[in-house]
Amino acid sequence: MRRAWLFVPLAVFVALAALLLRGFYLDDPHDLPSALIGEPLPRFELPRLHAPETRVTTADLEGRVALLNVWATWCPTCRAEHDALARITEATGIPIYGINYKDDPAEARRWLERYGDPYAFSIVDRDGSLGIDLGVYGAPETFLLDAAGVIRYKRVGDVNARIWRDELKPALEAVLGRRIEAAPFPGVEGRS
Amino acid sequence: MRVRCIVAALALALAAASAGAAIDVYEFESAEEQRQFKRLVEELRCPKCLNTNLAGSDAPIAADLRRQVYRMVREGRTDAEIRRYLRERYGDFILYEPRLTPATTLLWFGPLVLLAIGAGVIVAILRRRRRAEGETAPLSADEQARIAAALAAAERDGEPDAGADRDGRAS
Repeated sequence: MRRAWLFVPLAVFVALAALLLRGFYLDDPHDLPSALIGEPLPRFELPRLHAPETRVTTADLEGRVALLNVWATWCPTCRAEHDALARITEATGIPIYGINYKDDPAEARRWLERYGDPYAFSIVDRDGSLGIDLGVYGAPETFLLDAAGVIRYKRVGDVNARIWRDELKPALEAVLGRRIEAAPFPGVEGRS
Repeated sequence: MRVRCIVAALALALAAASAGAAIDVYEFESAEEQRQFKRLVEELRCPKCLNTNLAGSDAPIAADLRRQVYRMVREGRTDAEIRRYLRERYGDFILYEPRLTPATTLLWFGPLVLLAIGAGVIVAILRRRRRAEGETAPLSADEQARIAAALAAAERDGEPDAGADRDGRAS
C-alpha cells in the first residue's frame, strides 16, 4: 500500500498537464473580457458623422435596447461584417449606432454611401478618446446596450451569422426578456 | 583589435535593444515625471499585442494609450490613479500583475504552495533514509568486542553454531 504514494507525483503532473493543456483551447487570447460589462456608457459629446455641427451625447444612446458598433474605413473586417449588421437591424428592428473610430469623416461618409448605411447614425471619434473610455482596442467591436444605457455584452471582432446565433441573439433575448422571432440569417438559425 | 570591435558591437546591440520600439517624442517638466512615464509605459500591457508592453508596441492603440498616460502624468496623477483608470476600461489584462482577488489567489500562491509541498516531500524522504541508516550504523567498541569474542570461541570449539557452547549458552 505504501507503493501507492509513489504515484502521487505522477498524478500531480498529469493533473497539472491536463489543466494547462485545456488552457490551449480556451478562447482566443486576443479576445479580452470587457471590463465594462454591467457598467453604464461613459459620458461623451462628439459630432454626428452626417451632421458635424450637431453633437451626440450619451443620452442619445439611451432609451432603448440597441447595438453600438465600432467601425472604420481602414478596417477590412468591418467591410466584411457590414452586410451582417444590415441584416440584423432590418430583421429585428433593433437600432445600431456607429462609432466611426479614428477615421476620416469624409472618407467615412463616402464609404457608407457606397456600401449602404445600417446605422441609425454614426458618431465621429476622431482621436479614439471615446474608444479608450469603452476599452476599445481595435475594430470592429460591438456593444449591446440596454434601455438604461448599461453595457450588457461586448463582441471583439466581427458580427456574423455564427456569432449572432451563438452569442448575440441569446444576449439580446436576455436583455429584452423575450424570444426574437426574426431571422436575419435564414438557414443558419437553430439553437446550438 | 577584433575583440574590441566585437565588444563594441555587442554593447551597441544591447543599447539598441533596451530602447522601445515606438518613437514618440514626449516632453516633460521634470526628470521625475519622465521616470514615472517610463515606468508606467513599461509595466502596462498593450491590449492588442498580448506579450508586449505599451513602450515596445507599434500598435495604434498602444500609441493612443501612451498619449493618455503622458497626459495623465503631466496632470500630476499618481501611478495608482493611472493604473486604475486603465484597469477600469481594459480590465486586469492591462496590468502585468493581476490584482489579488479570491479568484487569483491560486495564481499568486500556487507556485509557493507547490514549492512548499516539494520541500516537505524531500524532508520526509531524507528523514526516512536517515532512520534506516541508523539501523545499520557502525558498531560501537563494546559491540565489536563481543562479536570478536564470539567468533574466537567458535573457531576454538570448531562448532558450526558459533556463539554458543554445547549447552547452548553463549560464551
